[in-house]
Amino acid sequence: MPESIKNRKKEWERTTLKKVLERFPEQREIFTTGSDKEVDRIYLPEEELKGDYLEKIGFPGEYPYTRGVQPTMYRGRLWTMRQYAGFGTAEESNSRYKYLLNQGQTGLSIAFDLPTQIGYDSDDPVSAGEVGKVGVAIDSLKDMEILFDGIPLDKVSTSMTINAPAAVLLAMYIVVAEKQGVSRDKIRGTIQNDILKEYIARGTYIFPPAPSMRLINNIFEFCSTEVPKWNTISISGYHIREAGSTAVQEIAFTIADGIEYVRNAIGVGLDVDHFAGRLSFFFNAHNDLLEEVAKYRAARRIWAKVMKENFSAKKEKSMMMRFHTQTAGSSLTAQQPDNNVIRVTIQTLAAVLGGTQSLHTNSKDEALALPTEDSVRVALRTQQIVAHESGVTNTVDPLAGSYYLEQLTDDIEKEAWDYINRIEKMGGMVQAIEAGYVQKEIQDSAYRYQKAVESGDRVVVGVNKFTVEEKEPAGLLKVDPALGKIQAKKLQDVRNTRDNRKTSDTLQALGEAAKDTKTNLMPFIMEAVRSYATLGEISNVLRKEFGEYRESIVL
Amino acid sequence: MELVTDILAGKTRAVARAVSIVENNSHDKEALIDALHDYTGHAAVWGITGPPGAGKSTLADCLIQKERDAGKKVAVIAVDPSSPFTGGALLGDRLRMQTHAVDPGVFIRSMASRGHLGGISAGTLDAVKIFDAAGFDTIIVETIGVGQTEIEIIELSDIVMLVLVPGMGDEIQAMKAGIMEIGDVYVVNKSDKDGAQRLKAEIEYVLMLKEQTNGDPSPGILMTSSRDNTGIDELHIHLTQLYHERTRNGMLSVRRKKRIKKEMDDIFNRKVQDLIEKELSLSANSSTWIEKVYRKEIKLYSFINNTLAEFERSNKK
Amino acid sequence: MSEKIRIEIAKPGLDGHDRGAKYIARALKDAGYEVIYTGIRQTPESIVATAIQEDVDFVGLSLLSGAHNELFPRVVELLKEQDAGDIIVFGGGVIPEEDLDFLKTHGIQAIFRPGTPISDVIAFIESTRKGHAA
Ligand SMILES: Nc1nc2c(ncn2[C@@H]2O[C@H](COP(=O)(O)OP(=O)(O)O)[C@@H](O)[C@H]2O)c(=O)[nH]1
Ligand SMILES: [Mg+2]
Repeated sequence: MPESIKNRKKEWERTTLKKVLERFPEQREIFTTGSDKEVDRIYLPEEELKGDYLEKIGFPGEYPYTRGVQPTMYRGRLWTMRQYAGFGTAEESNSRYKYLLNQGQTGLSIAFDLPTQIGYDSDDPVSAGEVGKVGVAIDSLKDMEILFDGIPLDKVSTSMTINAPAAVLLAMYIVVAEKQGVSRDKIRGTIQNDILKEYIARGTYIFPPAPSMRLINNIFEFCSTEVPKWNTISISGYHIREAGSTAVQEIAFTIADGIEYVRNAIGVGLDVDHFAGRLSFFFNAHNDLLEEVAKYRAARRIWAKVMKENFSAKKEKSMMMRFHTQTAGSSLTAQQPDNNVIRVTIQTLAAVLGGTQSLHTNSKDEALALPTEDSVRVALRTQQIVAHESGVTNTVDPLAGSYYLEQLTDDIEKEAWDYINRIEKMGGMVQAIEAGYVQKEIQDSAYRYQKAVESGDRVVVGVNKFTVEEKEPAGLLKVDPALGKIQAKKLQDVRNTRDNRKTSDTLQALGEAAKDTKTNLMPFIMEAVRSYATLGEISNVLRKEFGEYRESIVL
Repeated sequence: MELVTDILAGKTRAVARAVSIVENNSHDKEALIDALHDYTGHAAVWGITGPPGAGKSTLADCLIQKERDAGKKVAVIAVDPSSPFTGGALLGDRLRMQTHAVDPGVFIRSMASRGHLGGISAGTLDAVKIFDAAGFDTIIVETIGVGQTEIEIIELSDIVMLVLVPGMGDEIQAMKAGIMEIGDVYVVNKSDKDGAQRLKAEIEYVLMLKEQTNGDPSPGILMTSSRDNTGIDELHIHLTQLYHERTRNGMLSVRRKKRIKKEMDDIFNRKVQDLIEKELSLSANSSTWIEKVYRKEIKLYSFINNTLAEFERSNKK
Repeated sequence: MSEKIRIEIAKPGLDGHDRGAKYIARALKDAGYEVIYTGIRQTPESIVATAIQEDVDFVGLSLLSGAHNELFPRVVELLKEQDAGDIIVFGGGVIPEEDLDFLKTHGIQAIFRPGTPISDVIAFIESTRKGHAA
């Protein structure tokens, strides 16, 4: 090993590694291969490289974090296995969560139905047919109390896929915790809270960009003092990729979103090192194993540079890109669904070899319907097999130094920077979205991909090659069609039993507060939630003040 | 025709079908348009032109709202280009106006250009007549928005808005010559963006030069933001007043007669051409004739004059 | 000039996953059809109003949230109510096989599930278009 690297390794061991080992010892003394050969914590170049190893790749847990955000990675602690779940009523979801926790899952991940995600009550006419379909229906604090009944909120970390009304759902969570006797500083979790990618790719927006950004800033500010362990945003490339982007576009647009959030928060006077450590990311894991691994590594490197150089962050935590990963829903096929288990396995490996902090693995039947309990278990087992049997967790960033992988990492980084710079030139992400630029780039990629599949140029096993005649598996999970009515009835009960004077007072106070752009709305939302104001009522008050976003589609 | 009765009664399905008839140039088109003729001339026709992405559709959406608030029935015809290769078209204008889709006082119709040049489609003018006869008070026509060739919108509308946006840079230079002739009203949209004031000043300058050279009175320049809903009221008031003024001072009828003249010329030309085609079997014979001209067996002018004279003689008999 | 097939592509319900709908819209345009795209979050009422005003021959509905059994039949029903039952409705998205019969009997004439090549959609359009001997 060249002297320069040997010396740096010693320094790394003395500083970065030591600090972590003192607090979080590794899971074993010695890690070994399947045939009992000892595995080192980290492997380094044996010969002098062109000279940029230290700047570009470096050591795990150190800038620019190409090799990972922790020095010991999975030797210290495995990633959090977190299955996104939720459907039907709060009662049904509650029992699914308890099942998952019993199966060894280590964190909760809540899926909400579309009316909840767009701030409509279950009895709103636009909610027709959608109640409880893609997630759980939450109308008021009442539902949230049921959802977490018997689940101690100081023991679990909870991730909520909620964006436009994130402030409301977070407020509900805090109040439920309080009712359990768990104080705000003890609760841990994440809200997605990433409105920009809703405009770009996912579509569950409510308000226009300016007030949406304000709500996000309000959450950053509130949480930095009140709920310090909460991850206030999960800047998501997942849906951008699902919409058909390339791997490069996925990280480029996600990081450009991140830049916009940071710039905005700094713009309203927040100190970057106060909130940046609570930013987290969310990426997709696709089938091209090595490209995906390179993607995560490139993303970490870019983000570290952005935070250090563009935003002058000082704290290491502010520069670390921590991310959640979900395997690619769009890669699952309705044909020969068993094959999806293999796809998910490859994707799991990609995420783990890329150094993810948490992972959701899709169930094989998700291209057909909501996953059944059996298929959710296989998906979770996939993670557990990779974690405990594959051996890839024994050493940190095992693929580093592969000629191909490092080249890919560099190429992806470069192409992503090109996009990021172009978006900056356009005046930032909000402008780029309003101009339809980002959407158009993604659509074009999606179109090219689909054409290639249709021409057979790209093989999708079981779809355009190796097909069989088949019958669809039986026993798919369905949501009770009467759910809308049940939920509407529950909602009516809430409206009948709450103190309606108080509710309307808190709503009115919220509306007033919304008028002044300087006011932090979180405390007002908390009060409204506490008085059992519904999600729809709260959202409508804000709709009135903020207006609604209109999609800017380019065709 | 039952269809005519239904159109006059404002029945949506009938109106929609009729627009397809003119759009497809079906054989019953002429009878239909003539049958509606006596019932036309009541609607105000507003044209919206300007480059793609300027916000024409979004502005149309705002103007629909204003007209509805004023108790008017509104039809919108939005033209998008057809692909010259496949003939297909992706018609996306209406998605900006989709909140009005279910309002019975609003009718939005997308038309593909189907190879017609000039910013609108061949059927647009007749479609306007159908909406007029069906009782719509205001008809907004949005052009494709490709630029200088969209002169036809002038012929078709009572008032033309030219929508421009900041950040077009050199485009405004190119536009000075051609499209800047078009507008009765200039709209600087996206005034929420940087450079809107500067654009306004630039347009003012160009119009001032025009006024000095031709003596044309400068039309209004209005600033709007359809995003922030600013300037829309002013634009709407301006349009309404301009329309009334033109009705009063006779400009409207001058313009409409010009439109009729143009239409008449076009129809004559087309019919004469059809006639020649039919009588002389132009396309069937042309390759023989071309060959003869090429081989110097006949001369172009003498041959055509003789052929037409022959045609006239045989028709007189 | 001849008749052109006009097709409305719409997303009923609240889901924002428009990748499939946009792909279909663009691919049908490339196949020579006139496509009217309405964007996301459309109600059955707005979809039907659009279909009638645009005088389309086909309405294609795309939905991934699972609300198809409620929303697709409603579109057919409203078309019939408004004397436009001749407009052909087809659908696509995440739709379990066991729902296919239900949708067929409620007037959805074809369902294209994920992985269906666009050529199948075109074949369907060509074989059911007006004037085509069925
Ligand atoms: N910032 C801003 N954007 C606008 C404004 N008006 C329209 N847009 C956006 O500009 C884009 C193009 O608008 P559109 O109406 O389709 O333009 P058209 O091609 O001229 O019909 C859309 O994304 C609109 O949301 C405005 O006043 N301000
Ligand atoms: Mg337009």
